[in-house]
Amino acid sequence: MTAPGVGAPPPGALPASAPHPGMPTYLGMPSFPVAAKAAVADSQLRANLAHATRTIRAKRAVAVAELADWEQLRQAAKAIKDHTLAHLDTYLLQLEANVTRAGGQVHWAADADEANAIVASLVRSAGADGVVKVKSMATQETGLNEALAADGIGALETDLAELIVQLGHDRPSHILVPAIHKNRAEIREIFRTQMPDAPAGLTDDPAALAAAARTHLRQAFLSASVGVSGANFAIAETGSLVVVESEGNGRMCVTLPRTLISVVGIEKILPSWRDLEVFLALLPRSSTAERMNPYTSTWTGITPGDGPQDFHLVLLDNGRTSALADQTGRQALRCIRCSACLNVCPVYERTGGHAYGSPYPGPIGAIISPLLRGVTSPIDASLPYASTLCGACYEVCPVAINIPEALVHLRAKVVDAKREKTFSPERTIFQLSGRVLRSPRLLAAAQRASSLSGKLVARSGRIRRLPPPLNRWTETRDAPAPPPESFRAWWARTRGTGR
Amino acid sequence: MGQDQGDGPVSTSRDQILARIRAANSGAANSGAANSGAANSGAANSAANSAANSAANWAAGGADGRSAGQAEYAAAADAAYAALPREYLRAHHDPASGGIADLFAERIADYRAVVERVPESGLAAPVARVLAERAAVTPGPFVVPDGLPPGWLAALSPAIELARDTPPLPAAELDRMAGVITGCAVAIAETGTIILDHGPGQGRRALTLVPDFHLVIVRASQVYADLADAFARLDPSRPHTLISGPSATSDIELIRVEGVHGPRTLHVLLALRH
Repeated sequence: MTAPGVGAPPPGALPASAPHPGMPTYLGMPSFPVAAKAAVADSQLRANLAHATRTIRAKRAVAVAELADWEQLRQAAKAIKDHTLAHLDTYLLQLEANVTRAGGQVHWAADADEANAIVASLVRSAGADGVVKVKSMATQETGLNEALAADGIGALETDLAELIVQLGHDRPSHILVPAIHKNRAEIREIFRTQMPDAPAGLTDDPAALAAAARTHLRQAFLSASVGVSGANFAIAETGSLVVVESEGNGRMCVTLPRTLISVVGIEKILPSWRDLEVFLALLPRSSTAERMNPYTSTWTGITPGDGPQDFHLVLLDNGRTSALADQTGRQALRCIRCSACLNVCPVYERTGGHAYGSPYPGPIGAIISPLLRGVTSPIDASLPYASTLCGACYEVCPVAINIPEALVHLRAKVVDAKREKTFSPERTIFQLSGRVLRSPRLLAAAQRASSLSGKLVARSGRIRRLPPPLNRWTETRDAPAPPPESFRAWWARTRGTGR
Repeated sequence: MGQDQGDGPVSTSRDQILARIRAANSGAANSGAANSGAANSGAANSAANSAANSAANWAAGGADGRSAGQAEYAAAADAAYAALPREYLRAHHDPASGGIADLFAERIADYRAVVERVPESGLAAPVARVLAERAAVTPGPFVVPDGLPPGWLAALSPAIELARDTPPLPAAELDRMAGVITGCAVAIAETGTIILDHGPGQGRRALTLVPDFHLVIVRASQVYADLADAFARLDPSRPHTLISGPSATSDIELIRVEGVHGPRTLHVLLALRH
């Protein structure tokens, strides 16, 4: 871990804290500690999360151990992504040229509103009033479903977990498994009450629940005229898009409709087709702990007689160029959305995803959200602190994002942003401590005072409650009682002066 | 590149995004974070300048493709790309060991595909048997893509109804099929993956997606040990479908369940030479 502050804004960079009109659903969220309080008190939620993350952690470890060259793959992936980011303009222009050559149309969206408006206008010109969607983080980030609804266009989520979330009028809480906070019994209840064609006598057997979703969505797939997707990878050299999935809903959405619109973050790009040999080795094992996910689709523009004959690629910035300008934070743009960091995080396991106030929960969310949105809102200013800095996330990350380093760096940014503001007890205490620690005389006095006061407030070696404003420390933890005598005082008394 | 060359203002978001990327990356060169080798401020300045020049050059690029500036800038990226570390294993298994086909069979079976080893010279009989078994439980014809070797269907019982995809069958029609039978482009042993490039004998993508049963014939010579070997043999301009077992989900409690929207049964006949 490097010291905070190494990422001072470079000359010529645009301000990284410029506000972005992105992720509209989640604005107005309370800070992480406030939002997490209710989640931590929900014992059902904690049991669901503990069960699911424990299962996947063990499986991932087995899948990763199978490859003797995991670390070399990881380092190659990191190098490819860093290289791509350093030449991002070149590769985006190459991608644009190749998608266009293959019969697709490329659109550029600076922010969420622009992306949503482009999609809405494409759907209308296709003469449709509804779309089928395969799970995509980019469109969750832009709040596309809500924007389309405001335009009178229905968006049907077809990923099983997204469907559960949509039917339950809920919010996703995990990158890979958005309904991870629900157990099978809760899911059955959602299907029974919200799915009009749920079979009578539906059990909570996962296979039965999956079958109910198959029947429910079948007609929508067969009749949809517009599909909306994201992409896991976009290959600059060939103009190919890649969608990695399990259920087959992705294949349905990118194959059956006449029109396909793919909304893709500008950092999803890879230079060449060959790079898939690295990323398709890393992603499934990190994500679902499989050697390979059941289905991966690749397509390049339009193929006459096969699949959509009208293809649009919407390239999305929405804060990514601000993250790129942050020299420590830009590594977050390597993220391939596998969610391995969520599954190993002791904080995520206890709070779940909702408290992170963004479609990106867990350790990666704690750095991506403030990087994309800036650190001005209460939730974004608190996210860099939603971590114990234990480093488990860094260890499992298949593209070696040093999340603890980025967290510390972002904490410094939060402090800098607050510096001009009014009185802060924490800052006052640290300023005072600085003065005391610089002066031997003051330090000795302070140590005598703390030994004395420790005798007054400590019980059996612990301080459980301090008066305001110090109670903000003891609210959530005990402090050890100060020793009756400081080392310096003991030294002076026993042998310091006599020799 | 021609769409911005007309009259009126150029796409402003496109220009904005590219300008922001160049500003961010010239800052990166300044702090030494980019791998361009620009360590001192003089080099960084020239990197910033070349980024700005490149922007102008891209905008001025003719319909024929790259201008001199574009080519130079792209060549720098290509050179840096070629120098990236790739110390991972190109192959996790030795193809010469002869166990590659077996490994493939074992690994795709791990993901609940039904796998049978059959002789390549005698495919007609197992194909006939598998389709008859399916027909006994599911009504409807089997869809057959153009270019499927006719010998594979030589022993079918007359009761088996076949459907051709010419003219293309509507999706609703595909939904009434008992199943589909195809070949494949290549397969990967390490991951237990079948790759379709939707060429002859494989059909357009919808054919192997909508029907609930997929019988696929994989010749042992099409099986490669690893991802890298298999991907090097594909033509990226074609659409591809990578299949590793039947449709599945882990969306409920992160437990894998087979059978959601794709074919719920994947039956693989692995054709061996002897």
